[in-house]
Amino acid sequence: MTRTEPNRSSKSDSENSGGGGGGTTAMRVIVPLQGVVQGRGGLFLGSVIPCAFFYFLQFYLKRNRKNEPDSGEPSPDSDPSSGSPDPTRSQSVGNLTELASLPRSLSRILLSPRLSGGAVSISGRAGCGLKGGDSPYHVGQKRVEEDPYDESGNPDGVIELGSAHNTKMDWVSEDPGEAISDGLCMSGIASYEPSHGLIELKTAVAGFMSEATKNSVSFDPTQIVLTSGAASAIEILSFCLADSGNAFLVPTPCSPGYDRDVKWRTGVDLIHVPCRSADNFNISMLVLDRAFYQAKKRGVRIRGVIISNPWNPTGTLLSRENLYALLDFARERNIHIISNEVFAGSVHEEGGEFVSMAEVVDTEENVDRERVHIIYDLSKDLSFPGLRTAAIYSFNESVLSASRKLTTLSPVSSPTQHLLISAISSPKFVQRFVKTNRERLMRVYAELVKGLKELGIECTRSSGGFFCWVDMRGFMSSYSEKGEIELWNKLLNIGKINVIPGSCCHCIEPGWFRLCFSNLSERDVPVAMNRIRKVCETCKSQN
Amino acid sequence: MGLPLMINNDDNNNNKVELSRVAVSDTHGEDSPYFAGWKAYDENPYDESHNPSGVIQMGLAENQVSFDLLESYLEKKNPEGSLWESKGSRGFRENALFQDYHGLKTFRQAMASFMEKIRGGKARFDPDRIVLTAGATAANELLTFILANPNDALLVPTPYYPGFDRDLRWRTGVRIVPIHCDSSNHFQITPEALETAYETARDANIRVRGVLITNPSNPLGATVQKKALEDLLDFCVRKNIHLVSDEIYSGSVFNASEFTSVAEIVENIDDVSVKERVHIVYSLSKDLGLPGFRVGTIYSYNDNVVRTARRMSSFTLVSSQTQHMLASMLSDEEFTEKYIRINRERLRRRYETIVEGLKKEGIECLKGNAGLFCWMNLGFLLNTNTKEGELELWDVILKELKLNISPGSSCHCSEFGWFRVCFANMSEKTLEIALKRIHEFMDRRRKVLNC
Repeated sequence: MTRTEPNRSSKSDSENSGGGGGGTTAMRVIVPLQGVVQGRGGLFLGSVIPCAFFYFLQFYLKRNRKNEPDSGEPSPDSDPSSGSPDPTRSQSVGNLTELASLPRSLSRILLSPRLSGGAVSISGRAGCGLKGGDSPYHVGQKRVEEDPYDESGNPDGVIELGSAHNTKMDWVSEDPGEAISDGLCMSGIASYEPSHGLIELKTAVAGFMSEATKNSVSFDPTQIVLTSGAASAIEILSFCLADSGNAFLVPTPCSPGYDRDVKWRTGVDLIHVPCRSADNFNISMLVLDRAFYQAKKRGVRIRGVIISNPWNPTGTLLSRENLYALLDFARERNIHIISNEVFAGSVHEEGGEFVSMAEVVDTEENVDRERVHIIYDLSKDLSFPGLRTAAIYSFNESVLSASRKLTTLSPVSSPTQHLLISAISSPKFVQRFVKTNRERLMRVYAELVKGLKELGIECTRSSGGFFCWVDMRGFMSSYSEKGEIELWNKLLNIGKINVIPGSCCHCIEPGWFRLCFSNLSERDVPVAMNRIRKVCETCKSQN
Repeated sequence: MGLPLMINNDDNNNNKVELSRVAVSDTHGEDSPYFAGWKAYDENPYDESHNPSGVIQMGLAENQVSFDLLESYLEKKNPEGSLWESKGSRGFRENALFQDYHGLKTFRQAMASFMEKIRGGKARFDPDRIVLTAGATAANELLTFILANPNDALLVPTPYYPGFDRDLRWRTGVRIVPIHCDSSNHFQITPEALETAYETARDANIRVRGVLITNPSNPLGATVQKKALEDLLDFCVRKNIHLVSDEIYSGSVFNASEFTSVAEIVENIDDVSVKERVHIVYSLSKDLGLPGFRVGTIYSYNDNVVRTARRMSSFTLVSSQTQHMLASMLSDEEFTEKYIRINRERLRRRYETIVEGLKKEGIECLKGNAGLFCWMNLGFLLNTNTKEGELELWDVILKELKLNISPGSSCHCSEFGWFRVCFANMSEKTLEIALKRIHEFMDRRRKVLNC
């Protein structure tokens, strides 16, 4: 039965090619085929030719498949990795790599008869990791590394407004006198301590988390699992809550890191649920619902929804109503909620109220508490990213148990734990630090918004975190992703400013950019504004 | 809008949210005797003065014999090592903010030089090929993610470290196919055993991606011979697979001349396609006795692997504070030379003490030359030459002698009656007590047999 299909396609192909110039050859092929189709004769040629075509196709595919192991080809259902903003773009890059590698591996086989199949190959997952290094996220980061701005030393360097470091808080000047041990004691070198963290540190972290909610929630240290960074925390939860091939719903714009942290090694997919500027980028439960059912229809099992609060990149604080609606949604679909609260301690808006998911489920039934998992990152609030200490907080004992075991693969080192215990167990230090941090962020944010407004640039209201979600649609040459990347390029190369384009955050509307202001002092703001003005003028004159 | 809530509070299963297969699987292996013994120790730990009849922990491969050397170095408050004092507050801030997954250059250089020193300068290490991970556990898992796809296999010689069942398999979905070794040739890896393992995998339609060895071996406490390493590399080249050499005990070889690292063999090879399949794992936990620091490295001769490992290490980074602190310590030539020399000597003496002590009781051990443990043969004490027989004996040793040792079956040993006994994680006095308990047990047994 299937043999007739190639007949038809090869017949039409031949006809098309026949029209070009191989008319006689084409006729020689077509006539016997026609004969077979019409049942008249030419049975021999009519069967030989499709057979020949079929076997030739098999041979061709087999030869190409043999060369597959030589290139790190990604598995079909996983997207090319880390922070890549444009899946189609990376795939084409991937194809180029593949084509280029074919002749190389062939020559290797000829020269080294010892080898059975060319260069030794790496896994599909690894192959994914090698691509995506050319996304704006990484390109910008690299440029900053090569040419970093310094007020006195390198005033023309690239200003980093891309990533969330909080470089302006100074531990030493905040508190030089207080005896904060640097962990250089034998207890820091003790035997294997639990990989999921010392109870003293967990207690201190619980205290910090409660402080962020202005003590409306009391976090239980035994429900905390510590690990070496927020990326690890998110990945651990992804491994625990979903199987490979399942998916999480993520309202966008979202953190660029999720592509790597949630998807890379787990095989879990992300389904982006777009929020729009018309709604102030608020989450629409209707859209979320629709995304859930569309996925279900496609046969994709949704295991949870990932939110961040304060929101990365917009800086919005989710209201109690939002959180209750999300909980209802999760309950009805029987899925998990991962609440990324890494910026909980950085609410800078006067009167801004951060409500943790923990508070919302406080009065709920166990069966609902067990679907909520919170991520907290000490490094963000303490402006000490190098320390690599993040926490998973869960009400689900099975998740805690599995996570604890998984932290053997991403533990926090002892001296670091001791340093932190010593630092954040001092309530005076913590309170003063947090207060100073918030005030500074508030001042810088206010300056930034004012400066942007003077340039005619609006941003969404950011109440917490380190980001400003900025509307630069008016400066693009075309209302498209291409236009956005062009503008990003100008900002980086002409303005020497590294920002994150909205496409890295999977924003459905082009023209929005994420600006991180935690790296700026008040003095840096006018410098940054001047740079942006230069770019805006260039754009205006070109448009 | 939503469904009416008809959930009965007692009937949790109906609407109880589910977890993943990874979360509920027992591939973490923590229910095995290997870990069960640790639990018994945690509940009743031996203490010389407060709990002299408690369980002595001999199941944990940790090095405390040279603690004093570290103590004196660190308590001198060596200024370069201190976060606060180096370059003043600016130094602190740089350190606090450093979060690059490349790792501090000074630290990688220090690691490279330390690894070279351990190998007596017989191999060179390029700091740019060093990828930092939070422990060797993470390094092994990372390499597995990079070298193999789910359902592929790594060949691992038995007996092997029980943690591999978790580290190599749990989240990666990769399988372990054992290369069976036995006492007839001191558990050395033979080319025949390699071929058999490879064929076994092939017959089961499993794709083999590499061989992972530990050199010196855990639990054997013995180095892999140079010839065996060369044969192994040859095998890997013929089958076009990777070779991972976990060398975390390389600094604990009693006699430096008896250790050949795979790095030495690769040093003399120019063919990139051969070198590219070799990867080394190292950690400071065993040699330096710094398990709490969680410092591991992957050293690979393969550029793609280095690049990918670096990116993947984002999930398991070493804190900048730790890197900074150790960079100065590991670069201190005088300290590292002295430490390595004295550490080796002390471990050798401990090993001889325990082996002599056991010999007096008629208990033989495998001839070892490295590591923090010995491989003891209690086959003659088994009631039945089976896994159950071995676990029965293990239980007796744990409950009656209050000694936690690791049964060979948890290391997937193909022969029964072998046990791994750690000797470096205790004082000499405690070791004497442990040997005394064994003496008393064997005495009682002899009396019973003679009646």
